Amino acid sequence: MECLIGITGKDYVLVAADTTCARSIVSMKQDEDKMFKLSDKLMMLVSGESGDTMQFAEYISKNIQLYKMRNGYELSPHAATNFTRRNLALYLRSQTPYMVNMLIAGYDKNEGPALYFMDYLASVTKAPFAVHGYGSYFTLSILDRFYRDDLTKEEAVKLLERCIEEIKNRFIINLPSFKVRVIDKDGIQDLPDITPERKS
Amino acid sequence: MSRRYDSRTTIFSPEGRLYQVEYAMEAIGHAGTCLGILANDGVVLAAERRNINKLLDEVANSEKIYKLNNDLACSVAGITSDANVLTNELRLIAQRYLLQYQEPVPCEQLVATLCDLKQAYTQFGGKRPFGVSILYIGWDKHYGFQLYQSDPSGNYGGWKATCIGNNSANAVSLLKQEYKDGEMSIKDTLALAVKVLSKTLDMTKLTSEKVEIATLTREDNQSKIQTLTSEEVEVLIKQHEEEEAKAEAEKKKEKS
Repeated sequence: MECLIGITGKDYVLVAADTTCARSIVSMKQDEDKMFKLSDKLMMLVSGESGDTMQFAEYISKNIQLYKMRNGYELSPHAATNFTRRNLALYLRSQTPYMVNMLIAGYDKNEGPALYFMDYLASVTKAPFAVHGYGSYFTLSILDRFYRDDLTKEEAVKLLERCIEEIKNRFIINLPSFKVRVIDKDGIQDLPDITPERKS
Repeated sequence: MSRRYDSRTTIFSPEGRLYQVEYAMEAIGHAGTCLGILANDGVVLAAERRNINKLLDEVANSEKIYKLNNDLACSVAGITSDANVLTNELRLIAQRYLLQYQEPVPCEQLVATLCDLKQAYTQFGGKRPFGVSILYIGWDKHYGFQLYQSDPSGNYGGWKATCIGNNSANAVSLLKQEYKDGEMSIKDTLALAVKVLSKTLDMTKLTSEKVEIATLTREDNQSKIQTLTSEEVEVLIKQHEEEEAKAEAEKKKEKS
């Protein structure tokens, strides 16, 4: 029911996550931030079993910060993703698997922007755009049609608004608001939340 | 009964020294010489080969220089059997890192991890230190070409040019004189390596079967580790001898 969206451009990654915390048929919170900062230019968006998401994301983010303290440089998005994947894969085969889906978005001065899509079975793919959750049924077709790799930041935000509007109009579950951030060579910046009006 | 003593840790002497560790370092002072020099476009490793019995069947063409992964190689001075254990461990460390991060291990992390093991053997009971010093050459995306040295105590450091093994103090002072910071190319470094080796090895004439030289360079975004063939080494030695003869002749001219 949760929804995570990521779009990469030439020199940035745009990410959005819904802000709803729900259990069963009850919506309990409308301003949850599902993004975790892993390092200066690296973020993880998590969805899945509540509790697992926070526990796993914190475990990974603290380990990535420990790496930076030990070595004086940060893990690249590629290395951080594979570190995360390996941990998730090991937990999956343990008595206590984590049920967590995530998007990992980062910027590296050598590799450029990167977006990785990972599910709870610890399979990972690098993608130009990616969506987790039921939202993907409504948005992937839009992204397929309108995505270009040379989208400017403003165009990407427009595209994202279009996706979220579609979710608002077609999805039976109410996801009123999305938190939006962008990662580029200067780090992570907050953009205004997207809260579309429902068309009648 | 003897276990009561054997399982004790290495302890300080009343003067505050660790004899076992010092003896291990002493053992390396008698081992074959290895030297490493950093250039702008690569790194060079040169080692003295001791076992040159003609009855020896050449199992491997390289005796003292080991490739660790695509971006790293090392050369060892000391007890060869100890060194084999450590190079095996180095390769394991490199592969474990690759498995965890899908990225080659940064040079210093590899050295630091191995040195943690070396240090452990100077402290835990029932063990003796590894009688091995190692020179590492490598490339990583963080710091480019690098040269490291580690000793039996578990200390390590990064160098522009250094030497371990027999007569290493002389070699280091020679390197200090001749090394031109920031102006060295691979070609200069190879010539310098041969020059220093010929002056530090206690033999009248350097021959290609007594030295082993490896270079690490970058081509098409990939590290390339090459062990020089004996013909290539022979050419370097010949060049060195010509240079020496020229210098000698000039000296004579000045005198007369």
